[in-house]
Amino acid sequence: MTESITKAIFGRLSWESFPVHEPILLWTFIVVLLLGAGIVGAVSYFRLWGWLWREWLTSVDHKKIGIMYMILGIVMLLRGFADALMMRLQQAMAFGASEGYLNAHHYDQIFTAHGTIMIFFVAIPLIVGIVNYVMPLQIGARDVAFPFLNSLSLWLTVAGALLVMISLFVGEFSRAGWLNYVPVANLANSPDTGPDYYLWALQIAGIGTTLSAINMVTTILKMRAPGMTLMKMPIFTWTALCSNVLAIAIFPALTGAFAMLMLDRYVGTNFFTNDFGGNPMMYWNLVWLWGHPEVYVLILPVFGIYSEVTSTFCGKRLFGYSSMVYASVVITILSYLVWLHHFFTMGAGASVNSFFGIATMVISIPTGAKIFNWLFTMYRGQIRYELPMMWVVAFMLTFVVGGMTGVLLAVPPADFVLHNSLFLVAHFHNVIIGGVVFGLFAGMYYWFPKAFGFRLDPFWGKISFWGWVAGYWVAWTPIYIVGLMGTTRRVRQFDDPSLQIWFIIAGIGALIILVGILAFVIQIAVSIKNRKQLRDTTGDPWDGRTLEWSTPSPPPFYNFAFTPVVHDQDAWYDMKQRGARQPEGGYRPIHMPRNTGAGIILSGLAFILGFAMIWYMWWLAAAAAIAIFAVAIGHTFNYNRDYFVPSEEVARIEAAAARP
Amino acid sequence: MKPDNGGAADHAHDDFLDAGHFTVGGYLAGFAGAAVLTAIPFWIVMTGAIANATVASVVVAVLAVAQILVHTFAFLHVNARAQGGWTLVAYVFTAVLLAITIGGSLWIMYHLNLNMMPGMGLEPADYGM
Amino acid sequence: MSDRTLEAEEQPVFYQTGEEGPAHAGGGTLLGFWIYLMSDALIFASLFATFGVLSSSFAGGPTPRDFVDLNLVALNTAILLVSALTCGLAMIAMHQGRLAALRSWLIVTALLGAAFVAIEMHEFGNMIAEGATPQRSGYLSAFFTLVGTHGLHVTLGVVWIAVMLVQLGQRGLHHDNRRRLLCLSMFWHFLDVIWIGVFTFVYLLGVL
Repeated sequence: MTESITKAIFGRLSWESFPVHEPILLWTFIVVLLLGAGIVGAVSYFRLWGWLWREWLTSVDHKKIGIMYMILGIVMLLRGFADALMMRLQQAMAFGASEGYLNAHHYDQIFTAHGTIMIFFVAIPLIVGIVNYVMPLQIGARDVAFPFLNSLSLWLTVAGALLVMISLFVGEFSRAGWLNYVPVANLANSPDTGPDYYLWALQIAGIGTTLSAINMVTTILKMRAPGMTLMKMPIFTWTALCSNVLAIAIFPALTGAFAMLMLDRYVGTNFFTNDFGGNPMMYWNLVWLWGHPEVYVLILPVFGIYSEVTSTFCGKRLFGYSSMVYASVVITILSYLVWLHHFFTMGAGASVNSFFGIATMVISIPTGAKIFNWLFTMYRGQIRYELPMMWVVAFMLTFVVGGMTGVLLAVPPADFVLHNSLFLVAHFHNVIIGGVVFGLFAGMYYWFPKAFGFRLDPFWGKISFWGWVAGYWVAWTPIYIVGLMGTTRRVRQFDDPSLQIWFIIAGIGALIILVGILAFVIQIAVSIKNRKQLRDTTGDPWDGRTLEWSTPSPPPFYNFAFTPVVHDQDAWYDMKQRGARQPEGGYRPIHMPRNTGAGIILSGLAFILGFAMIWYMWWLAAAAAIAIFAVAIGHTFNYNRDYFVPSEEVARIEAAAARP
Repeated sequence: MKPDNGGAADHAHDDFLDAGHFTVGGYLAGFAGAAVLTAIPFWIVMTGAIANATVASVVVAVLAVAQILVHTFAFLHVNARAQGGWTLVAYVFTAVLLAITIGGSLWIMYHLNLNMMPGMGLEPADYGM
Repeated sequence: MSDRTLEAEEQPVFYQTGEEGPAHAGGGTLLGFWIYLMSDALIFASLFATFGVLSSSFAGGPTPRDFVDLNLVALNTAILLVSALTCGLAMIAMHQGRLAALRSWLIVTALLGAAFVAIEMHEFGNMIAEGATPQRSGYLSAFFTLVGTHGLHVTLGVVWIAVMLVQLGQRGLHHDNRRRLLCLSMFWHFLDVIWIGVFTFVYLLGVL
């Protein structure tokens, strides 16, 4: 009797769901609890809850939302990298008789969590965060098109991240790889909470990402400053546009695939089962329809960062702006035509494989064009090797290798040997670390002074740089080698002792990257401590060329007291050349959106819904679903969503701000 | 602060500039066209008017595309002027992606199924091909 | 290219000091909602693609010829098409400022939508009673999910109309209400476009 009541209330949640027998998890849990208690205690002690709620949690300001995305991404980077270190240690140890320290059940969750976190909760938030912060400023706008939706997107992503994090301590995570492959993830093979945590976390976060993409595209199309035609937009804004258009195009496919798998697991349908007419290969088809363009969603904005940094630190207009734009658009379209190269070996046959193999090779051409444009921008430029430019050079030398191994993998016969080998794993880490991660660091260093009013400490920045670059090469070159020798991915133990040396070297490389990451964290702490010496007093510390550098650092919450009028590409450079001066009076009231708690509240309810559904607590899921409906509909009855900043307040803020 | 109606009128004019030209006649014409394009395929299938199933399928599919176009222009008012042309660009782009998603998936899955072991119900004969 | 010839006479304007243009919050809703509808169309694309792939995966179970009642489908199609017309008439009433006519046509549209969903539930009920359940085969899983997702969208549309009716009662033809109704009508017509795909490829081609 009591047992059925407990089951009705707690679903399949029980004391066994807590991993008290796993020392690694237990100690992680204790550390997290202590850290969390410390943070909560500090906020309470300094009475900051009200400030936190008013200024940050309910903010619809694209700048604050961008910063919060970045914080999420960096925190999750630490978690994802911890998973990487654990894998490297296991693989360096486990040869011959040694089983290492991680059993398969645990190891499989680690590599699944590592990939899921790095793509969905590190790369995507960091990219969305930078686009959020920078793009509206670059186009001369005061915010994005849908500020409330922006807040909702952020908090939905946080809710998804929380679900992944909580799976560490309550229940288990998926063991089916970062795309939650069937048939491993089918109910029959994984009746545990793993795939359910994965699916709910990503569906919730995925809605946030889709809404954010719609927001960014509408902003770029509708809210550019007067005179800024498409071909006068900053190149970063162009790549943000292409990337977000691509995101809108692909996330529905992932949503559909995950929804069908959820139906299989919850309702017993037969989309991807092995019997009753199901076809697991269709799941692979749909997720890779999403998965390939997704990597271009990540790399395109980063190409935009490289363009902005190169032209700024070479003191030259970007070489071949039009060809850069066309290359970005071509990459966007082509990326939708290559997805089968992720499953050449699944058996579609020669005609299908050759089409997709050729298309994959073609997509390297516009990317190559971009590299040449950056090189020609540097040629005869006055190059300043500040940190962002160092990251650009490291990118060019590193990413190109990854691109070449990609073209190698694009050849179907070669892929038949290399599919799911460590060569493949090295390829994608090559392009993601050498491409996306290096670019994000370049962008963070470049735009940090704009966001916070002081620069990042260059000394610790250089240590972080060398840690990452040297660490990447030491960690991943051995993996290319063992991959070529035939080693399979997702394997935690090997018999051939001659391979061990390569894994040990790779482990050392990972430790060097760890130095880079720690240096990055120290860099932030030191920069905050020394912020007076590092202060940006002009708003334009790098002699920039685009409109965000025309504002004070940090910009006032309304961005521009007067909307800029644009006449040329590199609008701020144009204004500086022609002696433009912002009027010192005549300020008008500025129309701004109000803060709202609806975003964070809806996301909190979504988290509860996800958790309840994972643990089969149907009553709680129903209550959360009803509450979501009620809050969402209730929010529509709020017609008081905006206000006008009085011109006196604008005048006061403008007078106090430091200008170029 | 209550949004005043003076501004609202301007906003209404800006936002809904595209939308001021709907007429009852336009909707009725669209309705009539759609009704006809619905009745014909139902009639074809329910009476078996076209003997060859493949031909009938093609005719029905073409009529569906035609009706979608009627809805697009008569009801959704998609044209090259709406939203500075972006409505039409988004629509065409989506149509292309739809074709790639559906067509590409069918092509790929047909070939994948072809190469599966026999007896799994995935052969062309099982599709009625 | 900048217009340098003009600049010889006058210093170009770099800051907008006059009245702000429409390019601020609120001006992008119609385009943004349209783009959302395009993303919704792509969700349906993945469902249509899956349905196409599983269209003969009967697993020895019921096939469309066993359970499809074309009369019911024709009735539902007619109901939805008429509702598209009434939705259009509602929009015309809105543009002409006729609040009472607007509300009447919206109520008719909602009732037609509710009737559509009710008939579809009845159809599903019959199928399940005869053993054609979503779990029976891959084909039926795809059928119920594709048709059911469309029906779910129609249901949400009916709820949206109800909410709009309340808000029209409270604030009349407020600017925000007019904008929301334009989004609603886009949504409603979009659902009818999807239904064309459903009745053609699921029902008609299913029994051919």
